[in-house]
Amino acid sequence: MSVVLSLRDVSIALPSGADRPFAAENISFDVNAGEIVCLLGESGSGKSVISFSVMGLLPDNVQVAGGEILLDGVNLLKLSPAQLRGVRGDEVAMIFQEPMTALNPVMTCGDQLDELLAEHTEFNGAERRAKTLAMFEAVKLPEPERIFSSYPHQLSGGQRQRIMIAMALILEPKLLIADEPTTALDVTTQAEVLSLIKTLQRERGTAVLFITHDMGVVAEIADRVIVLQHGKQVEAGAKEQVLRFPKEAYTQMLIASVPGIEPPAERQTHTGKALLTVSELGKTYTSGGWFQKKRSTEAAKAVTLDLHPGETVGIVGESGSGKSTVARCITRLIDPTTGVMRLGDTQLDGVTRDSLKLARKRIQIIFQDPYRSLDPRQRVGDAIIEGPLNFGLSRESAMVRARELMGLVRLSPDVLSRYPNEFSGGQRQRISIARALALDPEVLICDEAVSALDVSVQAQVLKLLEEIQSKLNLAILFITHDLRVAAQICDRVLVMQKGIVVEQGATRDVFMSPQHAYTQRLLASAPGRDFKFATGLSETVAC
Amino acid sequence: MNATFVKVLKNGAVRFGVVILSALLLVAILAPVLGTVDPTWLDAINMSQKPMARVDWTGPDNQTAPRTLIMGTDSFGRDIYSRVLYGTRISLVVGVMVAVFSLIIGTFLGLVAGYFRRVDSILMRVMDGMMAIPGILLAIALVAAWGAQLSTVIIAIAVPEIPRVTRLVRALVLSIREEPYIEAAVSVGTPTWKILLRHVLPNSIAPMVVQGTYVCASAILIEAILSFLGLGLPSEIPTWGNIMAEARVVFSSAPHNMWFPGIFLGLTVLAVNVLGDGLRDTLDPKFNKRGEKR
Repeated sequence: MSVVLSLRDVSIALPSGADRPFAAENISFDVNAGEIVCLLGESGSGKSVISFSVMGLLPDNVQVAGGEILLDGVNLLKLSPAQLRGVRGDEVAMIFQEPMTALNPVMTCGDQLDELLAEHTEFNGAERRAKTLAMFEAVKLPEPERIFSSYPHQLSGGQRQRIMIAMALILEPKLLIADEPTTALDVTTQAEVLSLIKTLQRERGTAVLFITHDMGVVAEIADRVIVLQHGKQVEAGAKEQVLRFPKEAYTQMLIASVPGIEPPAERQTHTGKALLTVSELGKTYTSGGWFQKKRSTEAAKAVTLDLHPGETVGIVGESGSGKSTVARCITRLIDPTTGVMRLGDTQLDGVTRDSLKLARKRIQIIFQDPYRSLDPRQRVGDAIIEGPLNFGLSRESAMVRARELMGLVRLSPDVLSRYPNEFSGGQRQRISIARALALDPEVLICDEAVSALDVSVQAQVLKLLEEIQSKLNLAILFITHDLRVAAQICDRVLVMQKGIVVEQGATRDVFMSPQHAYTQRLLASAPGRDFKFATGLSETVAC
Repeated sequence: MNATFVKVLKNGAVRFGVVILSALLLVAILAPVLGTVDPTWLDAINMSQKPMARVDWTGPDNQTAPRTLIMGTDSFGRDIYSRVLYGTRISLVVGVMVAVFSLIIGTFLGLVAGYFRRVDSILMRVMDGMMAIPGILLAIALVAAWGAQLSTVIIAIAVPEIPRVTRLVRALVLSIREEPYIEAAVSVGTPTWKILLRHVLPNSIAPMVVQGTYVCASAILIEAILSFLGLGLPSEIPTWGNIMAEARVVFSSAPHNMWFPGIFLGLTVLAVNVLGDGLRDTLDPKFNKRGEKR
């Protein structure tokens, strides 16, 4: 096997004033022809910086400080910008996370590939077209002719990522760099794209450097794995060896943090009077104004669910399945079109402002994006006491309560006087939890509350939620696209597709013997579901 | 908060703008003690003197004393140095007042239009209508109706700016109202007016400050244009536009009469615009990722 890419002792320096001197330090690894090497790391591990350095796309103030990057024996760091441009596209190609922004929105997909071929090859127009269509066929796009003359916005996210793959591979590069190529995709689409990358790479003998934070994806696709932490290479080796018999404490902690896809057997069932009941909930969006035609979309149809105190019910589904719409209707952030919602004996739909305000206190919500769910111009303490103040508590006693809550979410009470930008994603999510709990709610709705977090932080936040739930007997409605998370924390799950609940039941029943075809497909698509990770590792390694 | 302030002050463009504008502000405040005479006083003996001319100057109190005319006199015998320095007051007052006035009204309307979707379409059609009125024509009409005074000029210049500010604030509010932290505030039961005041307004301040500087610069220019056309303040009041309007008649024989107010006008507008650019670069997150290599 020939070595395509080889990094020797590469260090990448950050500008002075950054949180650490090097984005990546003493990185050494090889990528052989026909092999997929995964760079695995959490946010801030330097994995993307390494891929940019290979492409020569580092920002001006970030520079390679030492070592060499060899592509087929040629040191890329010694090349002139013009020579480097020749290498990009011809010998190294890249796929990005967000296919919509990586494609030119005003050019047809066919033209974008055609332009590449015209620039880099001697083919004439007809040959280029034939080659492009053949490539579309190879990435399994339906109706290549139609796709050729379609604009990016007319295609789905998965199709756009296929176009990106076609663009990357049409010049038959020796090395393909894939930077989180499936992170923005739904799980079923992700499974298809991953298997496509694997097939094409095997056929063509391309070397692939695959950057990801997702352990499941690594299990699915990698030949070898390199684990990064804070810019340092922690562990490297064959996939089986690293994921099953990790040597380093950090790797062990990462793997232990990955929630298993198999739900635990013992889950208590909650019976008796439901706290929250939703029946036949529907939400139809109508768009169009004075001068446009009216259009309507049914985001949720006839959703019925109930929730008991102390119970966790999950709603799982892909993007556009309507799971967030349901959460927003229950919290009355949007008004449902049809249906009845009751919290205990209180009606939630179609009520006056005053009674709605009282109901709001009892249902609180935590949002997905920790960077946007706190007002950047409001101190953490003010954010937490905002709710209690609205309900007539004095500032002093609200602050006392806020200090207690900080203890509950394991943050120091000192953070109350600081602004959100001083905190990491995981800390911000704890602050959001504290804000929601400040009103002593009975129902907590988590709308993808851990989806934006790194896997180790996610594990901590999930554990915290479970603790709080058992302490306060909270009812939790947990909305997620992540089947592994749902498997571990939900007592019951509802599976939604296109606004309809297609299947529901106890988590273990749904996951172990799915009845509906969509649930089966969803579960089969979960990356790395058949891979046996190392077990019995401790999660509590400081990171 | 403090870090933002330091970052803003480190910006070269901001420093340039702040230094020039502070100097102009000092000139405006200290005009009476900077060796000036009454800017409306005309000394008929010393008409059309060249800059730096040494003359015997008769003041309003009929006392005659030797004096250096730094910028010369105009064709009526008025000291241009004094007129230009006093003119700084008018320009800065007009610039700041127009910016404040249009920002306050525009922000209020923009918040309402952006947050309350029902009012939006009606309010914005009214704004579209206002944008169709030519600013100069409005100024002529207002000056004709209410007489030529500072407040009329400020209103005449500010009214056409209101729709622009409203549109900007509305666009900001439309994106801010979709932020999860607004939804979080709704779900903890915060009343709407508090959400607007505590969350929406503070988060739209930065672009508004930037817009304010542009409004200010354009107001100073428009005031000068109105004065130059004879549509602004009466000609005996020293404004840069009035000085230039008089200088136009004698431009071939005494071009310096035009230069001095022109240089002050140009420098002021430049300083305000450079300050605005600097603020935009440092405050607007969209401009943070500059200079990445491709």
